[in-house]
Amino acid sequence: MPSVMAEASRVNDFVIKFANVNGTGSASANSLIMKAIFRMGVPVTGKNYFPSNIQGLPTWYEIRVTRDAYVARASHVDIMVAMNAETYSKDIRELRSGGYLIYDSTWPRNALLQRGDISVIPVPLARLVNESFDGARNRVLLKNIAYAGVLAALLDVNLDVISGLLNESYGKKPKLLDSNTKALRLGYDYVKEHLTSPLPLHVEPMEKTRGHIMIDGNTAAGLGCVYAGATVGAWYPITPSTSLMDAFKGFCERYRVDAETGERNFAILQAEDELAAVGMVIGASWNGARAFTPTSGPGISLMNEFVGLAYYAEVPCVIFDVQRVGPSTGLPTRTQQSDIMLCAYASHGDTRHVLLFPANPEECFYMAVQAFDVAERLQTPVFVMSDLDIGMNDWMCPDLKWDDAYKPDRGKILSKEEIDGLEKFYRYLDRDDDAIPYRTLPGISPKAAYFTRGSGHNQWGAYTEDSAEYQVVLDRLKRKFANAAKCLPKPVLTGKGSSAVGIVSIGSCDGAIREALDVLAHQNINVDYLRIKAFPFSSDVEAFLKSHSTIFVVEQNRDAQLKSLLTLETAVEKSKLFSILSYSGLPISAQPIIDHIRAKLAEFPRVTAVPR
Amino acid sequence: MSYINKPKVAHPSLPTNSLGMTRRQYEGTMSTLCAGCGHDSVTAAIVEACWGLSLQPEQLVKLSGIGCSSKTTAYFVSGSHGFNAVHGRMPSIASGANAANRGLTYIGVSGDGDSLSIGIGQLVHVIRRNVNMLYLIENNGVYGLTKGQFSASADVGTKAKRGETNSSPPIDPVLLALTLGATFVARSFSGDKAQLVPLIQAGLRHNGFALIDVLSPCVTFNDHEGSTKSYAFTREHYHAAVEADFVPRAAEISVDYAEGESVAVSLHDGSRVILRKLDPSYDPTDRSAAYRYIEQKLKQNEYVTGLIHIDETDNTEFHNLNRTPKAPLNSIPYEKLAPGAAALGKLMERYR
Repeated sequence: MPSVMAEASRVNDFVIKFANVNGTGSASANSLIMKAIFRMGVPVTGKNYFPSNIQGLPTWYEIRVTRDAYVARASHVDIMVAMNAETYSKDIRELRSGGYLIYDSTWPRNALLQRGDISVIPVPLARLVNESFDGARNRVLLKNIAYAGVLAALLDVNLDVISGLLNESYGKKPKLLDSNTKALRLGYDYVKEHLTSPLPLHVEPMEKTRGHIMIDGNTAAGLGCVYAGATVGAWYPITPSTSLMDAFKGFCERYRVDAETGERNFAILQAEDELAAVGMVIGASWNGARAFTPTSGPGISLMNEFVGLAYYAEVPCVIFDVQRVGPSTGLPTRTQQSDIMLCAYASHGDTRHVLLFPANPEECFYMAVQAFDVAERLQTPVFVMSDLDIGMNDWMCPDLKWDDAYKPDRGKILSKEEIDGLEKFYRYLDRDDDAIPYRTLPGISPKAAYFTRGSGHNQWGAYTEDSAEYQVVLDRLKRKFANAAKCLPKPVLTGKGSSAVGIVSIGSCDGAIREALDVLAHQNINVDYLRIKAFPFSSDVEAFLKSHSTIFVVEQNRDAQLKSLLTLETAVEKSKLFSILSYSGLPISAQPIIDHIRAKLAEFPRVTAVPR
Repeated sequence: MSYINKPKVAHPSLPTNSLGMTRRQYEGTMSTLCAGCGHDSVTAAIVEACWGLSLQPEQLVKLSGIGCSSKTTAYFVSGSHGFNAVHGRMPSIASGANAANRGLTYIGVSGDGDSLSIGIGQLVHVIRRNVNMLYLIENNGVYGLTKGQFSASADVGTKAKRGETNSSPPIDPVLLALTLGATFVARSFSGDKAQLVPLIQAGLRHNGFALIDVLSPCVTFNDHEGSTKSYAFTREHYHAAVEADFVPRAAEISVDYAEGESVAVSLHDGSRVILRKLDPSYDPTDRSAAYRYIEQKLKQNEYVTGLIHIDETDNTEFHNLNRTPKAPLNSIPYEKLAPGAAALGKLMERYR
């Protein structure tokens, strides 16, 4: 039974939130607890709400223990681990009635006892740690591990599992292992001696995480680039995309360095800015390497001029947009899906681009590979539209799998033999009547040479300012884009497709929507759901829009960008589309979707969602 | 522009290089620049240099940004791939292309607007990255295609065609490159082919980033009285400090050089540059001294030309630091790049 409606049993179904100060090393304690619960076979999801800062500002981490394996953020908190005095009042307000507040009672705070509908659990963490350890920094770090011990006792998290995790982290550093184990026991033993445990909200072992991993989307995408055979990565550091290149680098150092010679089968260029980063990708792709750049909204803005060149000169390139909150610098460490229009039509002049929409880290891995295949097949820029929630949070995903039979689709690149067999090579000629021309790589033969330019060129690859010649190329590009949907991932339909009511969405809204569908189904409201995975839209999207009379478009931005794109690029009647928008910077949760759909359907009593 | 189409058939008496190719085979499409443009002379020097080096046309990659200078990559070696990028951004295309295939020879042609204004960030960083390429700046002090605005290399006091005087100080690409640690820095004049051709040859063979600033007058917008980038002014004020002769690999040094005045520098591929010091006090291998010398001469309104600085001992070329294999990255078979299903299975354990 889904958590948003059920109260009966709260075993393996609750939310813990940690309120900390950033830069104090709390992340390792939080993930220690999360990973331990995961290893007990209980599905979890973790969301990190961190400031754009290095040290000293409030930061929160949220673990949702979810026996139903929901991946979205829950919109409530059951247990607050309040470790930041500065945010106490806000943190207490957020607790759901009947919830638990754990705080450091070294300094008693009467103000915390004002809410009568919650239970306060005082633990003198600082005192315990100060009595056992020396050094200011050490104490700060180990206090986090001590509260992990407190939680382990209160939630009945298996101590052996936690010890196992500590062993994996510090096995080679016995001193650190000792101090961490000791700190863990400090918290754990304090609870066992002084408090009642476990809480009614606690963890019991399950078997639901076998064959699954906890991974973030940037790591998965970086790994995808390695498996795609990318050899050149160019980037400029920007949150929240930086960890994608860090991951690529890490995997390359593991898999791409010749053990004997130390030679590296990859090149990573940290560019001077995003203008240069995408230029490097275009240069490398033009020269026959698989190349990519990870960035976020502000970087995409800077890349616009070059993206138009790549579109018009037909140079493949792969751009990961790990979206964050705009406009401008916005909230750089919070999530949004607000670059949809920016990417779909990036650059000046008539340009349209292929977009892929991963919904989770697993899809980041597979779509990274697909992005290179599509970019080279179509000889055009491809944007992978991830976001901060997918990119930087740990999600539970099925194990990533690889088929060794995979061969990269390098598209239409002529070999030396093929060039030799031609009377003459023309770069932009539609020889196969599929709107995709042939390209050649430098270094092959003088016969393969052509001149790449963003200024007017005709189908033979020569400079032109002739209207008719210019239009021949521009019209072919339009046909190429129209055909593109055929080689892109198809949308995913949930439901029988027979309801009059539908949801259309993209990317990381998926978890919240699936959870909402479950809840609505229990209330006998059955809604079909189409998750779009790519732009240009396939005919399936057009058919879904046609066959549903009331369609909710769920997305995480203020201006309903997906809805705009649907009205521009399909024949849908605008009046059928209703936006459900979330743009707070926090990942979307199920409740507002449920509320919105119920309210809207109540307005239109005759529009009934048929039972499945 | 010149309207004379040259005959396609080569006369048998035309000289050929070691590949059996004539100079004609290193030419490109017909120039569309103004008759008398300095850039066309630079193009001719590039043709001569490539012919003389017996470069396989397909082994050359031509890159440029936007502007009159950037158009010229279409006017030489039509058997090479060319890439006319966006304004000021050729260095990033060059960096990416070079990362993908270190085995080819890269020549970038840019102008003073392209390199010293809109693209100065990319120029600075391609030097810092030490990408193995020859980067030519065809420097005329004005924007030509937009009809004669001053560029960032315009000298203080120089007069525009319409009469206004420039008061902003110029950016000198040679001083800039010296500051940034470039290991091959030269200056020449489009009107001095004898000096320019060996510089281009040496620059192409240098292992690392090579910059040649070529004073290349704009006959339409900056060749009048009062201009400091005109043919007349340049001829009067350029001052060769070091002449460079290029000696290809395996060739004999056939000229007698006076003792004490010449230094032979071996390049990465075994070819050599013979530096003839016209000013005996000048040492082109001493970066700081070179900087001071150029700066001082500039103050006296003199453009020092020749191979101003060379350092063949440097090992910071991009691929050298990256430890890229000899084989170009774009040639490595896919099987060597993807770790495979078994490795992925093993990796999954890290995420449990």
